[in-house]
This record gives sequence, structure tokens and C-alpha cells, in this order.
Amino acid sequence: MGGGLVGATLDTLRLTAEEAMGLLERGEVSRAELRAAYYDAVAARDAELHCYLRLTEDAEGEGVPIALKDVIGTEGVETTAGSRILEGYVPVFDSTVAARCKEAGLSLLGKTNTDEFAMGSSTENSAFGPSRNPWDPTRVPGGSGGGSAAAVAGGLAPWALGSDTGGSIKQPASLCGIVGLRPTYGTVSRYGIVAFASSLDQVGPTTKTVRDCALLYGVIAGRDPCDSTTVDVPPVEVPDAEHLKGLRIGVPRELNEADGIERGVADSVARAIELAEGLGASVEQCSLPRSVEYGLACYYIIAPAEASSNLARYDGVRYGPREAGGSFDEMVERTRDAGFGDEPKRRIMLGAYALSTGYYEAYYGQAQRVRRVIAEEHAALFERYDVLLSPTSPTVAFLIGEKAANPLAMYLSDVLTIPANMAGLPGLSIPCGLSEGLPVGLQLVGPQFSENLLFRTGHALERALGFDYVPERLR
Amino acid sequence: MAEWEPVVGLEIHVQLKTRTKMFCRCESGFGAEPNTRTCPVCLGHPGTLPVPNAAAVEWTVKLGLALGCEIAGHALFHRKHYSYPDLAKGYQISQYDVPLCANGRFLVPGPDGDREIGIVRAHLEEDAAKNVHVGGAGGRIGGAAHTLVDYNRGGTPLVEIVTQPDLRSADEAKRFLQLLRQTIVELGISDAEMEKGTLRADANVSVRPRGADELRTRTELKNMNSFTYIARGIEAEVARQIEVWDSGGKVVQQTYDYHPETDALTVRRTKEEAEDYRYLPDPDLVPVEPPAELVERLRAEVPEAPGARIRRLEPQLGFELAEGLVASGRDRLYERTPGERRAVANVVMNQLAGAGIDPDAVDGDELGQLVEARDRIPRAAFLEALAHAGDPDFRAERYLAEAAVADVSELEPIVDDVLAAHPDEAAAYRRGKQGLLGFFVGQVMKRTQGKADAKVVNELLREKLSA
Ligand SMILES: [Zn+2]
Repeated sequence: MGGGLVGATLDTLRLTAEEAMGLLERGEVSRAELRAAYYDAVAARDAELHCYLRLTEDAEGEGVPIALKDVIGTEGVETTAGSRILEGYVPVFDSTVAARCKEAGLSLLGKTNTDEFAMGSSTENSAFGPSRNPWDPTRVPGGSGGGSAAAVAGGLAPWALGSDTGGSIKQPASLCGIVGLRPTYGTVSRYGIVAFASSLDQVGPTTKTVRDCALLYGVIAGRDPCDSTTVDVPPVEVPDAEHLKGLRIGVPRELNEADGIERGVADSVARAIELAEGLGASVEQCSLPRSVEYGLACYYIIAPAEASSNLARYDGVRYGPREAGGSFDEMVERTRDAGFGDEPKRRIMLGAYALSTGYYEAYYGQAQRVRRVIAEEHAALFERYDVLLSPTSPTVAFLIGEKAANPLAMYLSDVLTIPANMAGLPGLSIPCGLSEGLPVGLQLVGPQFSENLLFRTGHALERALGFDYVPERLR
Repeated sequence: MAEWEPVVGLEIHVQLKTRTKMFCRCESGFGAEPNTRTCPVCLGHPGTLPVPNAAAVEWTVKLGLALGCEIAGHALFHRKHYSYPDLAKGYQISQYDVPLCANGRFLVPGPDGDREIGIVRAHLEEDAAKNVHVGGAGGRIGGAAHTLVDYNRGGTPLVEIVTQPDLRSADEAKRFLQLLRQTIVELGISDAEMEKGTLRADANVSVRPRGADELRTRTELKNMNSFTYIARGIEAEVARQIEVWDSGGKVVQQTYDYHPETDALTVRRTKEEAEDYRYLPDPDLVPVEPPAELVERLRAEVPEAPGARIRRLEPQLGFELAEGLVASGRDRLYERTPGERRAVANVVMNQLAGAGIDPDAVDGDELGQLVEARDRIPRAAFLEALAHAGDPDFRAERYLAEAAVADVSELEPIVDDVLAAHPDEAAAYRRGKQGLLGFFVGQVMKRTQGKADAKVVNELLREKLSA
């Protein structure tokens, strides 16, 4: 694919971050030219795609530019998490991942659109309007990190960071035909990331290639003294594997045959699995019965419960807009009513209920126990397999508005990504083909801290698949 | 009334004097301009995460050990939710079902024997910020024109200690608190000053027929900021409850504020309105697991319990003096000061305390010399010397040398002069009016500006008058 320099213009649709890095290192383009190329793409396409909530044209950094999902706190740059309740909120500190990007010289292009507080699978829950899929602007880019995924797929950023709670990196990557990694819980700092569900939230890269993904993961991963839940991370290896000899692949029946998986999606994934076998991997069917049956239900107890707690700080007292007047309680009530959209309100109510005295054990307590069962079920599979394969999303990109009125249908978008997330496992989504002209994502799940293995596997498959990540209509 | 027995439990909050706050690196402590000791973490900014203060954890473990508690191998932090402007995150990080310290007991000796008070738990949490309600009546948020919040205190480490309802009188509660306070101060983990709010105590009070096992409805007492007020508040509430039961009524579960100026109790809120705190294990924090070696090292650092010390000193000194010394932290000085035990105890407990001397600054051997000499030297000189007993280079010898003219050759001419000047009195003494000895001593003291050694003067006078 390569290239990037088309005459004197940079083809940001095709240019990988690694190639951009090479151009900068060799002095073939300047930092300013590179940034200008992406801003030209923004000027050309963002009115349609609405990837960005704001641009940061005067950002520092001599390296490859980057876009950050708007839940990632950035010093001096408004960070809203897609919510009115944080409109105008400008952090006085950088999140650890933003700081690490800065230290690595990555210059900020802008903040990308997200479902409000990362709650959603389409970006339609953003208080600032939905983003659109570069492959078909009548369709969603997925969510909640749809802004980041659409920006990378649409050539509006060489790479981007997202955050993944139930599937918010993997699912948009799948729907936009690019690569997304949700890292092992605890490998990337959550400090400065607007919290949704703390025991599940994890920041990760959204990129065009698996090598880009490994490079960016290498920038952000590692223990952070500001986040007690982080751990030491093995050195990150940028993959160059071309075969899969000796790799043991498990294909969990429930993740590959679940109700609602579109025919075209299943076919693409099946072809990718055959290809993996051709590259030397052994492939076997296996089963995750309880993880898939109970994963989604548990997720929709744990995530709203933690969200109801994390969102309790938005009261109009210290920052953000305030609907003044009346008593303290009335002020808080009015501020929240005006500031939160329907989805956060829905999840706060669900979550507060699940944590109430008398219900805690039946809901949150029980969900935590099931979560351990899910982790154990996965751990048992990893005694026999190195990687589990399945579709990332049961469907290709759906139409804007198609599921907006039906929260449950929207929640099912994450049914295949949630089980691994509940177990704290890393998952990589790579594009593996098209169905009805829209990208299909292949999900690779490994044991904890197996990112390097996922990169090797993903890279070998990516090369063999030869998927062209530039949206057909833009080629 | 004798047939009713008070049943009292205490809930105590101790503000730890760690250099920094519980979950951020802001400086803690008093006196700074409002909202200058704050950061994104203690202001609850989006994305901030708590990082536990290791010193606060160690100190809590140490306090737990001093209270005879078991130390959890795997303690959890929970989020306790409620909505108030003093709570930046909408929840307080506290401990719930697995506190750091639990199941302790604390010895409180009394005049009529020992009492062991059960400690339910001692857990670590963060303090709330400070609200100032401006305008309106009552200093409450309802009716205030506006509320100012000072987040300097927000996030300061607090230890909450909960006792079993084992206390049987207001006096016992007061005595328990004094010994607890002394323990905390000796551990060096808090100033534990009620006036400053670094030690706060609420009481759960009920009464029952003496000898019964039942626990009747209890009320909660708040707003008592001295040991005396706590005792008085409990006394007032016990009296109120007895009156309610005696007149055929029922005690209702309520929270009362005690007003020391009027001795009145006013209702704060009824339990029906109690909030649901929706406790949640804090997913931002990993379990606290104090290593066994750390716990053992801390255990070795815990001083002998005040109760045990009172018990040890009681046979020599009697209960009151023993308790007084220990509860005021003066027993260490007493123990390292040689001399006649009661005399030493009295000096340490009374004169030295009266002079406001820090007992820990005093050299026991030097003080011992002073105590030994106190009958030989003028009282004024003794007190003057005591006032300097805490000085770093204090030497008793120097004061004694300066204070007392004990040299017979120096005193003899003065004694002779005095006797010569008062021939009538001398004659009267010799006839048997022995009470006049004091008069002659006084005259000698007058002429020596009080510096004469009283013992030597006495001896000289007796010798000369019987000659
Ligand atoms: Zn702070």
C-alpha cells in the first residue's frame, strides 16, 4: 500500500503513522506540512463526518500528530466527554496518556467526538451531534469512540486514542475498517480520563495498521503512580511476523454463532479464520457458554452502577455550567437535568438502583460474582488456546437513527466485545473484509498482557488479508 | 435514679496529622487561606484518581494495634455516596465491610475496678470540606443566602473509631476518651484536640433497667467539643430518657445536638430520613494489604497502653493520682524521676503542670534533685527552679546553690543578730512558747531575702535557744 506522498500532496487517507514518522525523520515533510495536510482533510470532510469537537491548531510537538477522544483530559484544551455538563470545562492538567503523547512529541490535532460520557455505540448520544462513517455517511461510525475511528478511517488523523468500556474502541474500529486495541485492564493509566465505569475503562489506540497500533500502545502503556490500578507492562514489540506457525486459535461457538450476527459478517470472519489456518495456526472450536449468556446482563449492572457513582461529581458547584437559583438541591437537580442527556440519565438511574440498600447483593454483588466466572471461563480456554477469534461487532455499520430509539438494540452492538472486557482481557480488532460494501471487524482476544502476541497475530493476518482501509468511495 | 443503667457507645473521628492529604499530595493542616491547599484530585475534577497515603495507612494500623484490634490482611475502600457541597466527588472514600482494624478492646481502669471497652472497628477515610453558610438562620444550608466551601480540609485523612455500647456512665465515657486521646497523642499520629476538631466524638445513648441485658432504642448525640461537654451531654440525655421511660413514654431513635450553654438537647433529624449511601467498593483503588512484617514492626512501636500503666502505678499512688498522671501524659516523667514516690508524683502532677512545663522536656534526675531539696529551700526558689525544669540545659544543682544559703558560718551571725534583736521573744521561747520558732525563722528569711536553707536555720535556732 505504502506511499503517502502523491506528487507534492500527502495522501492522508493512505498514509500510516509509521510512514508519516519516516517522512518526518527523513525530512521529506515538515511538521507544519504534515499537520496542514490533516487540517486540509478536516476542511474537506469534517463538515460531513463531524469527527472533531474542536481543533488545536497551535498545539506543540515535533512528531506525528494525533487526535484524542474527548474523554481524554488535555491541559488548556476544553474536554467535554461529549456532554453539555462539561461544556466549557478546561482541565488544568494533562491526563497521563495525553502527557505521554506530548513527551513522545505527538502533536495534538484536536479532540474527537464521543457518545456522552462514552455511553453508546454510535456517537448518536453525543450532546454535540453524531459523527458519520467515512465508508457511508448515512451510517454511524460506531461508538463511543466513533469520532476517533472516523477521523483515522477518513484520513483526518494518522492515528487516535479512544477509550473502551464495553467495546468503544474495538466496535468503531470494526465499523470503520481500521485497527483498534483495547489493552489489558491496568496497562494504560486512567488518570485524567473522564470516568464512565472505572473497573472497565481502558484507553487504547485506533490506527490504520497493527504496527501503528503497537507503536502507539508503546507510547501510552506502563505503570502510572497516579493510577493505583496500573501495573508494569512487558516491553512492547512492533510486529513483523508473516506466519502463524504454532499458534493455537480457539473459535468460541457462542461468539461466532450468536443471534444477530449478520450473514456477511460471519462469512468474512470465517474466511479470515481459514486464512489463519493457512498461515500455520491450528484452529479449534471452543465454548464460552456463561460469558456470552451473562456478559451483557452483568455489564449493564456493573457499568451503570459505577457510572452513577462517577457522575455524582457533576453538580455545578466547582466547574461546568450551573443552573443557578433555588436551594442547593434544586440547583443540582436543574444543573443535571439540563446538563445530562438521556443515556447518562438512564444509566445513573439503573446504577443507583443496583447499588441501593436491599438490592446491592442481588444486582451488583451478583454481577461481580458472575464476572469472576467469566474471567475463569476465559482463563480455562487460554490453557488450550493462545488467541480467541470472533467477529468484533455482530453487524456492519448501521444507519444513523436505526437504533437510536431502541437502547436495547444498541446495547446488543457490544455483545461480542463485552465478555473479554468483563474479564479484563486485551482485544484487538482488525478489518477482515467487506459485507455489503461495509467493513467487517475480526476480534482477537488473548490472555492478560498478551498484547505482543495479538500484534504478531494481527499483523500476519492483516498482511495476508490485504484489506484496503481507504473507504471505497474516497479512493 | 439507681434502677436505670446508661448504655453508651462512642463514634470517634481522629484527624491524622500526616504531611499530605489522604488521596492526593496536597499539604494538609490548618490555617491556610481558604482553597489554597487543593488540587484537581481533592476538588473532584473529571478523571482524577485517588492514591492512598501510605503513612496514613501505617498510622491507622498502629492505632488499631494500640486498640487491640485485628489488622485486616485485605482491607477495602468503599465509596459512600451523598450529595452535599462539601463532598467534591459526590461520595466520600471510606471503609465499609472490611475495615483496616476490627475487634479490639481498650482497658479503662476506674476507681471501682477495670473496664474493658470493646472496639468494633477503626477505619480510614477522607474528611469532607468545610461549609460556611452565609445569611439566613441557624448556620444551616436550608435558608442560607449562599454557602461558601473551603476545600482545604477536604481529603484530610480521618480515622473513625467505633466502640461497642460498653460504657456505663458519662464519667466512664469521658475517662475512655481521655485515655484514647492520650494513646493517639503518644503514637504521634494526631494532635487530637477537641477544640480544633482534630478529635470529634459522637455518642450513642440508651438506658435500661440495671442488671438487664436488653438494648433499648438509642439516640445519637452530636456537637460536643470537649470532654466535659461530652460527659454533660450524655448525662443530660440519660436523664431525659429515664424521664421518658418513667413517665410511660417511648424513646424515639433520633439525633440530638447538645448545647453546652443551656444544657439543652435539640433534635437534628429522624432516622426515617436517613440516606441510602449506596456503598460501592471503590474501583479506583486496589485492596490495602499491610504486610505481616510491617504490622509486627508497628506493633513493637506501640507504647504500653495507658490503662495498663494506671494499673501498674495504682498500688504506689492510689487510683486518682495514677490516672491523673497517665491521662495527662506525665507518668513517663514520674517514672524516670527518682525520689520519694508520692512527693515526685505530686510535684509532677501539680507544681510542674501548674508551671505549664512540657513533661517530655524534663530531665528526671535533675527534677529528682529538686524534689529532694524542696523542703530545704524557700518555696519561691523551688518554684522558680521548677519553672526552668524544661529548659534544655537545666541543672538543679545551680538553682539549689543559688537558692539556698545553707552554710552555717554564713547563717550563724544572722541568727545571732535576730536573737539579739528580740530578747523578749527568746525568753518566751525558753519558757516553753515553742511556737515562736517560726517567728525567728521568718526573721532570718527576711534578712536573707528568703535564700536561707530552712532546715539549717531551724537547726541553728534550736541549738542556740536551748543553749
Ligand atoms: Zn489535593
